[in-house]
Amino acid sequence: MIKKFIHQFASPKTFISKVDTYYNFIFYSALLIYVLSIIWGILFTPEDFVQGNSFRIIYLHVPASFLSQSLYLAMGICSITFLIWRVKLAAYLIVAIAPIGAMATFIALISGSIWGIPTWGTWWQWDARITSTLILFIMYLGLISLHSSFSNYEKADKLLSWLVIVGAINIPIIKKSVDWWSTLHQSASITLTDKPTIDPVMLYPLIGTVIGFFGLIICLVLLSSKNQILIREKNKSWVKDYV
Amino acid sequence: MNPIRKKRVYNILTVLLFSVSGIALILFSLNSKLDYFFTPTELMNKTFPIDKRIKLGGMVLNGSVKRASSNISFIVTDYTNRINVEYEGILPDLFKEDSGVVVLGYLNNQTVYAEEVLAKHDENYMPPNIEVINDN
Repeated sequence: MIKKFIHQFASPKTFISKVDTYYNFIFYSALLIYVLSIIWGILFTPEDFVQGNSFRIIYLHVPASFLSQSLYLAMGICSITFLIWRVKLAAYLIVAIAPIGAMATFIALISGSIWGIPTWGTWWQWDARITSTLILFIMYLGLISLHSSFSNYEKADKLLSWLVIVGAINIPIIKKSVDWWSTLHQSASITLTDKPTIDPVMLYPLIGTVIGFFGLIICLVLLSSKNQILIREKNKSWVKDYV
Repeated sequence: MNPIRKKRVYNILTVLLFSVSGIALILFSLNSKLDYFFTPTELMNKTFPIDKRIKLGGMVLNGSVKRASSNISFIVTDYTNRINVEYEGILPDLFKEDSGVVVLGYLNNQTVYAEEVLAKHDENYMPPNIEVINDN
């Protein structure tokens, strides 16, 4: 049954009709969660004992950084799916996710720079965390331009998937950079193993913004993948009916 | 799993194995060069040309900050060794005693003549009023 479900879902046609059914629900609930958590975080959270009000940019920086890495991992999973099972939808998804991932990484870099000015006293330093995130951003751009430089989609998809898999090595490096080397960036506040070092009154709105931002980004990914499917399958009869 | 797919899985694993070990070798050989700053203990055992810009990181020793007009001097410690810092300029807001700092400057005679001082904050976030309760 699972196999049947996956087979059905992997068909671009079913994917698009599922997206059309659930899109509004996902979008409005994500928007609601995000807006409420941002208001909660900015207006109803006490200021930090060291950083004062400037810590509040965490409600943009952390969701964006989290998404920048999660989207890359999603691309990695799609690449493996495409390379092993040759599922076309997976290849479309990689191409659809890349620009969104680049955008999330860009927001993470910019919000980090803005955060750095009042706290560290600098907007840019070449420490391991910041540099590896910049590499992630450049990798996203490289993957996008690589794919668009091919006229043959089949070749482009394969090469792209291989590069995504090799580039995925950067993700654990970004994650562990603050532990492996001395950095200006502080270490993680939220880990799987230890109690968060961020107070619950600040943590709850943060979790809200991460979930809300995640939902909004998923919406962008869905729209972008719909776009990608329609472009790539433009000669199929169902696309003509759909459009 | 049919043999073709099995082969593809092995291909992916091989590529991953080689690229991961390649990157790991590079990172291991660069290891401490990727550190953002030296601790006072590391600086003690090293000599640098006087015109080589270095970064020193550690905690500002409690009670060591002295101001004379626009000159500021303080001691950076990692709780084993200490290095003096001389600085002239504006300090970041988060600079204070007993908190993290990164100093960019030139080392001469166990003293760093700083060009830039950056504040380093840790991963703890909490409201000001419960600082005492959570502090340990």
